Amino acid sequence: MKSLYNQQHLKITLDRLTAELVENHRDFSNAVIIGMQPRGIYLADRIVQLLKEQLPGRNIQYGKLDITFYRDDFNTKPGELHIPTETSIDFSLDGKNVILIDDVLYTGRSIRSGLDALLDFGRPKSVELLVLIDRWFSREVPIQPDYVGKTVESATAQKVKVLWQENDGKDEVVLL
Amino acid sequence: MSLSVKHLLGIKDLKKEDIELILHTAANFKDVLQRPIKKVPTLRDTTIVNLFYENSTRTRISFELAEKRLSADTINFAASSSSVSKGETLIDTVNNVLSMKVDMVVMRHAATGAPHFLSRHIPASIINAGDGINEHPTQALLDAYSIKEKLGGLEGRKIALIGDIMHSRVALSNIYLLTKMGAEVEVCGPPTLIPKHIEHLGVRVSYDLKKTLQWCDVANVLRIQLERQHKPLFSSLREYNLYYGVSKALVDSLDKEIVIMHPGPINRGVELNSDVADSGHSIILDQVENGVAVRMAVLYLLAGKKDELVV
Repeated sequence: MKSLYNQQHLKITLDRLTAELVENHRDFSNAVIIGMQPRGIYLADRIVQLLKEQLPGRNIQYGKLDITFYRDDFNTKPGELHIPTETSIDFSLDGKNVILIDDVLYTGRSIRSGLDALLDFGRPKSVELLVLIDRWFSREVPIQPDYVGKTVESATAQKVKVLWQENDGKDEVVLL
Repeated sequence: MSLSVKHLLGIKDLKKEDIELILHTAANFKDVLQRPIKKVPTLRDTTIVNLFYENSTRTRISFELAEKRLSADTINFAASSSSVSKGETLIDTVNNVLSMKVDMVVMRHAATGAPHFLSRHIPASIINAGDGINEHPTQALLDAYSIKEKLGGLEGRKIALIGDIMHSRVALSNIYLLTKMGAEVEVCGPPTLIPKHIEHLGVRVSYDLKKTLQWCDVANVLRIQLERQHKPLFSSLREYNLYYGVSKALVDSLDKEIVIMHPGPINRGVELNSDVADSGHSIILDQVENGVAVRMAVLYLLAGKKDELVV
């Protein structure tokens, strides 16, 4: 087991990612945050919190997206059915700059499903991808992140685990 | 997590966890149905046949809509306009349909146990959309969903099933479901329409409508099923309405909050009067709306079981 992030290091990276978002989207008047259920929400929550501190008084539009019904692996693994979680996007994405947030980018298939799902909420002007961990050399579809916390070269057998204070009791990212 | 069953033949075979899983999944589908685009691509590789050997409006439309919202391909089959009228057997009909690569069967039949029989002979998931006087599981699931949505939960709630308990598959499915989920259930109707020994299913029995309404949080009023009553079980519809019809005067006299449900179709002025059916107490149209979400959940959860089916 190798630690990729400890709490202090993670804080620095989240600050940097937030700064990059503000650099590109300024006051967020036309940008929205969409967190990917289930594990991307913790990262999205943190980023939204930091954005609110950076842009006091600004209303940051923030939605949560569940991609269960859009997955491309339905029925490919017998007995392993994905159970949906909540989707809550109570605004239209028409003409918006969407920032999609997930914790780990691996094969890219979840993001592909996410893009499909987004279309059901309108036609965004642009979609960007923010991830904490980008696993190199493991993509199965041509999808790349725009904002990356850290890039890791991990063998297929390895697993990246992102732990969050609010759910797992501590902030840490480990390579198992 | 997944269902413990490969078919939905009845609530009797479900575990409490299965029911919770279906209701949880249904909530997410209800959310899909509120969106501008009310459709998801989930079952685009699945073909479903709706096999209706008995008439239906709500259930058939609801299933078909649920299938379409999930992007499944659907075939509708009504026995009255098919080769069944030429004498084809049930297994032959279904095997012919299945040989055209159909994955799931939604089935309504006037004979009790027809879907159970079929499930032993064909390699497809079967969803019982009502079999004779036995069960109507998706109706009970959507009733439970609607009660949960209205009252916040099922455990400890007092639910009354009123009317033709004897011939109602909705009643039996509701009794199984509600008792599994920890609700208190009372059946109420004329003695001729309440099966003997029904209290062994864990329900209370009452012959006094007013007392029952006084007791319950929810009154699920069932249809008088004249088509299944082969001998007279009460003197007249007018008399039935007088003693067991739910009227506005009766509901007002209770002086309390009460939720009125009905699985439809309503015999207005028999078991339920219009001034109650269309009143603020009634969640009858919510039941219909929730039916689509609940059926989407059932189809989704069973479609994931496709590879486990062997005959």
